[in-house]
Amino acid sequence: MQEVLGSAGPQAAHIESLWWFTLAICAVVFIAILVAVGLAVMRRRVRAPTPPDLSVLTKKERGAEVAVVAALGVSLAGLIVLTLASFVTDRALASLGPPDLEIDVTGHQWWWDARYDDQDKQKIFTVANEIHIPVGKPVLLRLRADDVIHSFWVPNLSGKKDMIPGREATLTLQADKPGVYRGQCAEFCGAQHAKMALLFIADEKYEEWAAAQRKTAPEPATDQQKRGRDLFVNGRCAMCHAIQGTPASARRAPDLTHLMSRQTLAAGAVPNSIGHLAGWILDPTSIKPGANMPPNPMAPDDLHALLAYLGTLK
Amino acid sequence: MRWLVLLALLAAGCEREQRQYQLPTVQASFVKQGHVTTEKNAYALSQGKTLFRWFNCSGCHSNGGGGMGPALMDDKWRYGNNPEDIYASIMEGRPNGMPSFKGRINEDQAWQLVAYVRSMSGWARKDAAPGRNDSLYPGDPENMRDKRN
Repeated sequence: MQEVLGSAGPQAAHIESLWWFTLAICAVVFIAILVAVGLAVMRRRVRAPTPPDLSVLTKKERGAEVAVVAALGVSLAGLIVLTLASFVTDRALASLGPPDLEIDVTGHQWWWDARYDDQDKQKIFTVANEIHIPVGKPVLLRLRADDVIHSFWVPNLSGKKDMIPGREATLTLQADKPGVYRGQCAEFCGAQHAKMALLFIADEKYEEWAAAQRKTAPEPATDQQKRGRDLFVNGRCAMCHAIQGTPASARRAPDLTHLMSRQTLAAGAVPNSIGHLAGWILDPTSIKPGANMPPNPMAPDDLHALLAYLGTLK
Repeated sequence: MRWLVLLALLAAGCEREQRQYQLPTVQASFVKQGHVTTEKNAYALSQGKTLFRWFNCSGCHSNGGGGMGPALMDDKWRYGNNPEDIYASIMEGRPNGMPSFKGRINEDQAWQLVAYVRSMSGWARKDAAPGRNDSLYPGDPENMRDKRN
């Protein structure tokens, strides 16, 4: 599902064709060198050993001269063609056209934050680790890092782009085929770099999804859920997490307003199920050692109430 | 033989400081223990520095220079600079504005903050205290500060 040679959009297709082109040229060069080495090895030697010929050259060695100049010319031509191809690809990557959607993507240790920008401030919403985009439309990503250098990489859709603290980088991409494309941080960023994945979902029902994400969290229906919400809002969770529609609005950790609409927990570390969620809340370090979320030992009743409430965040 | 000794010496260099991702859970002797383990541990100190920023301690204490709240990098301590005193300041709050964080932050996090707050006035080991900031900061980094009493 995360594949360098499985392009699903124009940006990745440009890069993929450059990759195949480079491979083809390099393969030809490689074979030519092998043939030359083979010929040199196979060449017949003089049977009787003679003293080496150390006399001064009196006439030009036409054959050798032609061969060397020709090889040099072919090498140069190959290099120039590759340089031009790389240049053309770069230009093509920059010509996707004005974006339909702008998303601020921020890399954190070790998760992804995505804020869907909109002219209408009421329509801005934030998700984490799972980014839905419309199919066949250019999307502009504004990439930032919160703590250390990360690198954004969804190989099916585009090349890599570094996310450097204090700077903003932009990347335009487009998905032509609906599907789920896995992305991965591509710059070592600490203990859990390997478990810093994100899902890019080219969604045919993008508008429906976005409308659902804009909604605030539903009011808890049962007493248990109410208790869970109180635990969340008045306890440790609210120090870092946000749930829209409640007083919890911290921005240090993923926005949980629609937690249950996501496929994974902890940036792709485990599938999103109530069991994994319970394990993650009680002891995140057993799933992701070094994660900034601290362990939260709590009474079983409290845990069940919290899980009951989090389960309503669809 | 000489090479063997050299190799053995090199191997000794492989030892890396343990990152304590999780401190032992709360127990009776934890107060002393928590302090002793975090203050020598570079990871715990830098986590403390991160949390200092996250939970907006700078909102009142600035970067330790003080503002609405008292300075943390000088030699004056209203409530003492023992780790237990600082822990109590964080978890139970103090008059004139210091809020109580009990139930809001984890005990491990509080100890990391305690260790970092002490490092601001040079009370942590220099080989463990955080180094230069990523952002512009005119003063000395924590690992260059001498102990102030």
